[in-house]
Amino acid sequence: MKTKIFALLMLASLGLNAQETMHPSPAQTKKIVISGGTLHIGNGQVIENGTLSIEKGKIKIETGAVSGDVERIDATGKHVYPGVIAPNTNLGLVEVSSTKSTADFDELGEMNPSIRSIVAYNTDSKVINTLRSNGVLLAQIVPQGGMISGMSTVVQLDAWNWEDAAYALDNGVHMTFPALINRPMQMRRRGADSDPVKLGLDKIEQARVFFREAKAYLQEKTHAATNLKFEATRGLFDRSKTLYVHCDLVKEMLVAVDFAKEFNFKLVIAGGTDSYMIADILAANNVAVILHEPHALPATDDDAVDQPYKTGAQLQKAGVLFTICQDSGDGYTQIRNLPFLAGTMSTYGLTKEEALAAITLNPAKILGIADRTGSLENGKDANIVISTGDLLDMKSSIVTHAFIQGRAINLDNKHTQLFNRYKYKYGL
Amino acid sequence: MYNFTLRWLAFILLCVTSPLIAQQTYPANDIANPRSGYYAFTNATIVKDAKTTLTNATLLVKQGKIEAVGTNLPIPKEAVIINCQGKYLYPSFIDAYSDYGFDAPQGGGSSYRSPSQMISKTQGPYSWNQALKSELSHAKLFNVDDSKAKDLRKIGFGSVASHQMDGISRGTSVFVSLAKEKENLVILKEHAAAQFSFDKGTSTQDYPSSLMGSIALLRQQYLDANWYKTKPVQEGLNLSLQSFNANSSLPQIFETNDKWSALRADKIGDEFGVQYIIKGSGNEYQRIDEIKSTKATFILPINFPQAMDLEDPTDARFVNVADLKHWELAPTNLGAFEKAGIAFALTSNGLKDQSSFLANVRKAMQYGLTEQKALEALTQTPAQILQVADQVGTLDAGKWANFLITSGPIFNEKSVIIENWIQGASYAVQSDNWNTLAGTYRLQIGKEEKSLVIKGNPGSYKVTMIAKDTTQVDLSQKESLVNLSFTNKAGKSRLSGNWNGTDIGGTGQLATGEWISWKAVRTAAAAADSSAKAKPAKPEVIGDVVFPFTGFGKKTIAKQETILIKNATVWTNEKSGVLAGTDILLKGGKITAIGKGLKDASARVIDGTGKHVTAGIIDEHSHVGATGGINECSQSVTAEARIADVIDPEDVDIYRQLSGGVTASHILHGSCNTIGGQTQLLKFRWGKNAEDLKFGNWDPFIKFALGENVKRSYNTANNRFPDTRMGVEQVLTDAFTRARDYEKLGPGKRIDLELETLLEILNKKRFITCHSYVQSEINQILKVADKFGFTVNTLTHILEGYKVADKMKAHGANGSTFADWWNYKMEVLDAIPQNAYLMQKNGVNVAINSDDAEMARRLNQEAAKSVKYAGMSEEDALKMVTLNPAKMLHVADRVGSIKEGKDADVVVWSAHPLSIYAKSEQTIVDGTVVFDRVEDAKLQEALKAEKQRLVMKMLGAKKGGMATRPATPSYKAENMCEEDHNHERSLWERISHRFVNID
Repeated sequence: MKTKIFALLMLASLGLNAQETMHPSPAQTKKIVISGGTLHIGNGQVIENGTLSIEKGKIKIETGAVSGDVERIDATGKHVYPGVIAPNTNLGLVEVSSTKSTADFDELGEMNPSIRSIVAYNTDSKVINTLRSNGVLLAQIVPQGGMISGMSTVVQLDAWNWEDAAYALDNGVHMTFPALINRPMQMRRRGADSDPVKLGLDKIEQARVFFREAKAYLQEKTHAATNLKFEATRGLFDRSKTLYVHCDLVKEMLVAVDFAKEFNFKLVIAGGTDSYMIADILAANNVAVILHEPHALPATDDDAVDQPYKTGAQLQKAGVLFTICQDSGDGYTQIRNLPFLAGTMSTYGLTKEEALAAITLNPAKILGIADRTGSLENGKDANIVISTGDLLDMKSSIVTHAFIQGRAINLDNKHTQLFNRYKYKYGL
Repeated sequence: MYNFTLRWLAFILLCVTSPLIAQQTYPANDIANPRSGYYAFTNATIVKDAKTTLTNATLLVKQGKIEAVGTNLPIPKEAVIINCQGKYLYPSFIDAYSDYGFDAPQGGGSSYRSPSQMISKTQGPYSWNQALKSELSHAKLFNVDDSKAKDLRKIGFGSVASHQMDGISRGTSVFVSLAKEKENLVILKEHAAAQFSFDKGTSTQDYPSSLMGSIALLRQQYLDANWYKTKPVQEGLNLSLQSFNANSSLPQIFETNDKWSALRADKIGDEFGVQYIIKGSGNEYQRIDEIKSTKATFILPINFPQAMDLEDPTDARFVNVADLKHWELAPTNLGAFEKAGIAFALTSNGLKDQSSFLANVRKAMQYGLTEQKALEALTQTPAQILQVADQVGTLDAGKWANFLITSGPIFNEKSVIIENWIQGASYAVQSDNWNTLAGTYRLQIGKEEKSLVIKGNPGSYKVTMIAKDTTQVDLSQKESLVNLSFTNKAGKSRLSGNWNGTDIGGTGQLATGEWISWKAVRTAAAAADSSAKAKPAKPEVIGDVVFPFTGFGKKTIAKQETILIKNATVWTNEKSGVLAGTDILLKGGKITAIGKGLKDASARVIDGTGKHVTAGIIDEHSHVGATGGINECSQSVTAEARIADVIDPEDVDIYRQLSGGVTASHILHGSCNTIGGQTQLLKFRWGKNAEDLKFGNWDPFIKFALGENVKRSYNTANNRFPDTRMGVEQVLTDAFTRARDYEKLGPGKRIDLELETLLEILNKKRFITCHSYVQSEINQILKVADKFGFTVNTLTHILEGYKVADKMKAHGANGSTFADWWNYKMEVLDAIPQNAYLMQKNGVNVAINSDDAEMARRLNQEAAKSVKYAGMSEEDALKMVTLNPAKMLHVADRVGSIKEGKDADVVVWSAHPLSIYAKSEQTIVDGTVVFDRVEDAKLQEALKAEKQRLVMKMLGAKKGGMATRPATPSYKAENMCEEDHNHERSLWERISHRFVNID
């Protein structure tokens, strides 16, 4: 009898929480006060035993006790963080990377600045909920394909549809630079090689011509024939949008810096494997970097075995604004490890608070949303994570609460649900 | 003196009529014109062989063969005398590895995404496999090709063993002279050697698709050939096997492309009682001790790597120090062989520019090769290898008159080959050098008398005319016809004359237009070249050979030590649990004591204060340290393929993983077919060779796979059975049924390596680790195993193991899984990070593996995720990457925990071993510190300095006029299971799709 009741209870809870019945949270109504925890502000500052309140979706760091009819969360012994931001991902544009019919991130054509990732963003992707439960609350949804791939949008991860999700709409344009290096012998066809560097530069020149023409086109208000591609570049010229150039090698980044300079574009490098080699140049030009995931192999056999782990610290030291991403083919499924990637960077040279900033305030600055999020500062959106231990260490990170714009979000996901289902099967 | 006119006449006659044969089957369209081809080469310095030089000696040649050689020989009257005063005679060189007379192989290859070709396209009673062509007798396919022959004659070769270099079993090479004659006259030995390689060449058949497949195919061929001797009715006539057997008494030559590949070839030879002659690749010096232990004779190329243009430092960065070092050290290869006492011959094969051959030999001589050895390697050794020493190789009576006439000692930089005589016929090489105009002459022009001085060599003479003043004279020469011209106040005078070998004379026109006669009478010959015997300059300082030959190698391999780790937090994985403030003593490669206050005066002490010590991490599923393809995809059952055959002990990923605390790793075949191949457990004894990396005395395993990869879900053109999970079950059932039936066959059966391997599984002597994902297929293979009465030892990946954990427990299977990978393909949609925990809770022994060269460096942290997601205890989590994989690999009696008597495989961590903040400070294997973070920093500094030195040297070489090629990035493919992760860990995976393609 007892087992039967237990079983019924389990079934009931499953029914309630199954992925398809999980839903976005309604807007905050009651003031929330989180007290007793260690507040990691995101800008390097740490407040022990701090109190933070959320009202109308905004953060306030309290200096004294808060009285009144509020919802109280005792965070004693816990850690409070800004929500983690995942830049440069195709999350929601693909569900199963090996299965083409589930992929909507790679459009045909070379020059597609008018492409908008947001319209294909699937808020019901099964992956999204698994990220939130590790503290990832915002993401930059990036299209790929061709040389100019299109526009990215920053989304918050608790939404009914893509319109709800949009946090910073169409505010980035993405380019992928051709490789500017000779092919290794093993990658050549039948031994011979054309000059990939020359071909690459020629291709970049085509993009330069494209933007020169776009610039001229935009000088004039009316046109006999409208060019949607040119129209889409307007935000780059007025600097309301950022140009993200996806590349890794020194030559590619040097060309990108001058490319952006010619048109006075705001530039961010995405990938940036070798960015540490020209960190001073990037810093001097105010070029930020979205670093390929640190859990990567060194670029060459001769590189230090821990080079990818310490690149972040080298950029930090040189004063380069940087963040990290998961941009591998299956990277979108791995974004929940972003805090641990930051942890690794801390093991290899960053302070823990610098490492935290690398996945919170830094990406907020880079993505142009630092006025609204990225740190636990007064007036910012209440995008907040509470963890029982160090969020950057898998040994201790257990997220107990998360808020997006003040809404307490459901931390369940497909995995916890399957876990429960089989705990039930095995009577655990 | 030498009679100039006669010499030219002799040459011209020789070119049209062979001295070879008095009688022949071919009719002549002329009246009979028999020749004796009788020559006496007199007054020569004759180098009979590498050890014997005769001065002022005579060589008698008759009808293509050497009649006699010696000093004070009587000269037969009917012999044409060729005075070789000042000349040297050498045996013509022999190239034991050539493709002269054959076209380069064309076409071939197969693509992963195209339909499979299961059987050979070669029609006729031949082997099932297109790459096995023992039936080829290259004597039947050979065509004289004089333009190629000319190139070889130019660099001193008189005969070659030749075959078309295509396929694994290539048939027999043919030994031919380089004479311009009908094929029947130049073939000196019809079957010179049986030829082998690992490269299937132009075969379009899928099998084999990997190096380990090639090796398996070779092995099976030996067994099949042996079986064929019993004339099995089932096989009928198989000309390939018939020829294979017939050729077995010939020299067996194996082409290799790397030092390790040479060792692999020798090992196969050892298995079948064959001592191969190994065609090497040029990097054997990097492992000369192992090379010597093969006891093989080598045929070595002399194609040194070309320098690169490293002006751009960002390009130079991508050229590994190992490649730079090889550029510097390649010329030491032959010297290393000589010093080690390994017999070798030289081949011109592989040279891009044949004319650089002698220059390269001279270069090798600057780096330790002696003149005597060089000559032996070009004459006697290849003759012995090919068993044609009775015909060629020395200048002894009865052998073919294959010899070189040179202007001086052959390896002297200034010497030239004047003529190359082959089968008693002369082939001009640099015949202008027969006689030199150099000397002093009394010059009479009209009535004037002057002195004429000619210095230098043919083609580059420097001429002066001396009377009151010294006047420069221009000289041009076409054989015996000579033109001189000079300019004085009056203008330009031009002389034309003929040279009789000593004096020159003729007519000319002075600047005034007046015709005059002139003559130049030689009064003195040019002084002998005093630099002839000059020793080559000592070479510059060169870098060390390091072990392994990578940036992170050392001149001497790290040695086992007695080590005392003091006052650490020790995670024993035993009942004693985690011990604070504890010492561990490592001695003789074992853990000898665990406790407090341990002492050993001889020990190196590691202060463990604040540190954690665990057993070395063991990775149940990895693909590093193997080469030539990790998948033998060509058939659904390839149990005969063996990872053990293709270990690459120099994979830098081994060192990288040591930095993450990995001490042992199970290297698996990939997952592109149902029954993949035999696995190999390694210990990461960085610096040692492939055999020494193998984990000794372990139970052998084999990789199986199920699901999307084996049914080729990513190949829309798949025609390989199976295409569904239903078919996979049939493949398994069929394989084991065949194995059982095979077992019942009586004596004299064909030994089938595939079925032998499957029988080992049925007889519980080999154990399975099976790539599997979804619950249906897991359940399926457990049922197949139950039916055949064995246990599936390990289910690897096993991402839905949590759904059938009770069944796994009941069957007795272990589970080896990922921490949190999911959703990148359909069969991992239900993967959850609580999987390991749920399996463990059901009593399954669970490991966390990497299957990823990068993630293997963080397996301790991957294990920690079970603490996070499911609340597993920390000790249990650590066991998932130490003791549990040791158990599932049947080696827990030696590794996996910190226990007295176990192997000293331990890691000293900077922090709690499950923490993201933990780094390995020392990784110790068998009591040898194979990774040390402080040492690593020093190695990196040394690497930078060595690289800078080499880059500067290469830039210097470029500045010095050496031809360069563009900087070419070094590259190593990361082995992947197959379409498993879609996760780019390496730079090249990241940027390969960014190259601009023009085709």
